[in-house]
Amino acid sequence: MVSTTVTPEDYGQFDTAWCPGCGNHALLKCMKQALSGLGLAPHQVLMCTGIGQAAKTPLYMNCNMITGLHGRGLPAATGAKLANPELTVITESGDGCNYGEGGNHFLAALRRNVDMTLVVHDNGIYGLTKGQASPTTAKGQVTKAQPFGQPSEPINPMAVAVAMNAGFVARGFTGEPEHLVDLIQQAVRHKGFSLVDVFQPCVSFNKVNTFAWYKQRCRKIGPEHDPANREQAMKLALEFGESIPIGVLYKSDREPFGATLPTLKAGPLARRAVDTEALQGVLRSYL
Amino acid sequence: MPDSSIVILIGGEAGQGLVTIGQLMSKALVRAGYEVVVSQDYQSRIRGGHNTFAIRTGVDALHGPCEKVDILVALDAETVALHKHQLTPGGIVLTGEIFALTGETEGLNILRVPFKKISPKAAHENVVALGVLAQALCKDLGLLEELLRQTFAKKGEAVIAENLAVLRAAHDWMGTQSHGFACMPPAPENPGERMMLNGNEAIALGALAAGCNFCSFYPMTPGSSVALTLAAKAKAMGTVVEQAEDEIAAANMAVGAVCAGARAIVPTSGGGFALMVEAVSLAGMLETPVVFVVAMRPGPATGLPTRTEQGDLNLVLYAGHGEFPRAVFAPGSVEECFYLTHRAFEMAEKYQSPVFLLTDQYLADSFQNAEPFDLSELPEIPGPLLEPENPGQYKRFAHTEDGVSPRAIPGFSTALVVSDSDEHTEDGKLTEDLDVRVRMVTKRLDKGLGLAEEAIAPGYIGEENADVLLACWGSTLGAALEARERLEESGTRAAVLHFPQVWPLNEDQFLPQLEGAKRAVCVEGNATGQLARLIRQETGFRFKDLVLRYDGLPITAAYILRGLESIL
Repeated sequence: MVSTTVTPEDYGQFDTAWCPGCGNHALLKCMKQALSGLGLAPHQVLMCTGIGQAAKTPLYMNCNMITGLHGRGLPAATGAKLANPELTVITESGDGCNYGEGGNHFLAALRRNVDMTLVVHDNGIYGLTKGQASPTTAKGQVTKAQPFGQPSEPINPMAVAVAMNAGFVARGFTGEPEHLVDLIQQAVRHKGFSLVDVFQPCVSFNKVNTFAWYKQRCRKIGPEHDPANREQAMKLALEFGESIPIGVLYKSDREPFGATLPTLKAGPLARRAVDTEALQGVLRSYL
Repeated sequence: MPDSSIVILIGGEAGQGLVTIGQLMSKALVRAGYEVVVSQDYQSRIRGGHNTFAIRTGVDALHGPCEKVDILVALDAETVALHKHQLTPGGIVLTGEIFALTGETEGLNILRVPFKKISPKAAHENVVALGVLAQALCKDLGLLEELLRQTFAKKGEAVIAENLAVLRAAHDWMGTQSHGFACMPPAPENPGERMMLNGNEAIALGALAAGCNFCSFYPMTPGSSVALTLAAKAKAMGTVVEQAEDEIAAANMAVGAVCAGARAIVPTSGGGFALMVEAVSLAGMLETPVVFVVAMRPGPATGLPTRTEQGDLNLVLYAGHGEFPRAVFAPGSVEECFYLTHRAFEMAEKYQSPVFLLTDQYLADSFQNAEPFDLSELPEIPGPLLEPENPGQYKRFAHTEDGVSPRAIPGFSTALVVSDSDEHTEDGKLTEDLDVRVRMVTKRLDKGLGLAEEAIAPGYIGEENADVLLACWGSTLGAALEARERLEESGTRAAVLHFPQVWPLNEDQFLPQLEGAKRAVCVEGNATGQLARLIRQETGFRFKDLVLRYDGLPITAAYILRGLESIL
């Protein structure tokens, strides 16, 4: 699959609707680098997004795209991957989209382990709707919608994913672009469901989790960590305070969804014609 | 012609195996050449309660369920108490010896079957019932024996032999009883091959015949059996069947799958469909051909989960925010379930729009005989465009004369296929250019013109300018046809106007008939006359009279006739 002919430029350059300084810019650049570095040409990639500022990312690159509904990037991606196992399918959207509106789909995706990647732009706030708390907003953080402070415990997506024995669990930071490119590439190469939660500051609406806030806390996981060690991975996942580990927390050896399903082995559905003989047999079973 | 059918009603608790008896008996009757229409009435529980499996059978064509009972097979005492008033003169009650019958039983022709004596093993009680029934109808056991052999084929010769022995013993025992029940008239000779299946099975088969290869669903009665049938045949057909985490996921998965080259069906029921509505709108915007099956049951909310109704026409007509075209089919029989499902896929694919099949619990669960489906009769359904000519120039939503853009699939060429749920340009990318917006709305709605042109004309049965015209849609067809026969017998010139497609409506196809009738009555399984309102909205024609049913039971000819009595 590796080819030297694909470059980040193949993914194009577009004007964006994002604020200057938004972490999305860096993540977009990393995504283009990661995909081209993997030798994937734009037509080999399908980006399925939800809705939100993060979900606009594929609009600003050349690729196949389904921008669907808020929270529903994962189900659409799942359908697409099952329909064509040969496509590289990536879901990209924000923390509100995936952990809030699409929470059930997130859990189901972890369980199913379909061979696709979820990249979550995690800025701890709702950007598109201008600053309400998201599922990853810290407890007590004051927003326009939560004037007395965000009252609930935030979700810990890393811990949830490790607890559910997810295929591939990683966290990155847009302030560490080379590291992030590597994480995305590992995630896409992983056979099964891969989650990359990416810290990226929202310069307009989150005055707590700023670039400096993340920069100060993010600490790269060293080579001493064995991602196959689930207990150790859980320890890292629960570490969220003055120091936050970034890198690959966990990798399981689960078989990807469909590895044993006969109906997925016959290749892309678009190439399949009706097997008239089989159909006649099915009809005859009702005689 | 007068009703010559007989009705065998098997009643008992859930878990007693009455569906097994019913299905085997029905299949034997169908194979013998008889007409069969089954209606199943059950409660939302796995054990206990009161459930029935009613087989209406005879030599003449049958259209729908009815209310009488000729042979009541009572697996518990409650069945006798609940259904004895439906027994026709000369009708018999077949029941066990062990339970005491409650209430008035005087005048009933009750036959106590010694289940225990005939079959020492409780597991064979269903077979006893079959043997007794066959004898009551004066039928020999050949077909039942063959069916039992097929049913128990995997369990080995010993099990088959045991069951056959019990079947014969039961048949012989009944032969010694003087029950006085009139024999069934002989079946037509050489009936040839005939199918027996229910509405949801026929929908699944229609989907397979249309090349459907993807089904995402979340279980909900009475829609689930479409998915379960596809799952049962998945090994042979290669269909990808995925049980989603919820209905929202099921619908969005289907949209994603179709965008990536699948042909998809999403079966559900009203409550589940309510959760899918946003994805219906998505399919409208992304111009994605997805077929939704909504098997109706009485609402609102959880309603009567296992009963029937035609209450979700409005829901399906208007489901989804924003304006986009759609088509809604409403099969009137098991056979129509097959052919209209194929048609639904054809229209969905041709006009790249969500298309709906409205069925209901009655039809979903109604086993009926059908002629073997003729695959050669089915039109070819064009697939998507895998290799566009100039992939570099490809635009997913290119403007065309009829609004239909060539639909490419990601990954099969270097074309980039971009679909955005935001308003978009021809190349699929988000736009806030309001002129583009207007052109895109027009483009999408233009496809609706094609759908309207291809709308299936309502079926008109009867003479022109009838005294009474019964207008109906979906599964109410059978009852309306039978009511028409009864009316004709009593000297009223009657006709039926049945809508197998309820949207789009093309008034030239039916308004003259409605206006030509002396009295047009709309017959629907809901409380508000949803089709009548739709017709008035679209054509200005106002039904003065409605016959509506919303107690959870299927409409029967007798119900319609009672309703007409108070009107005419």
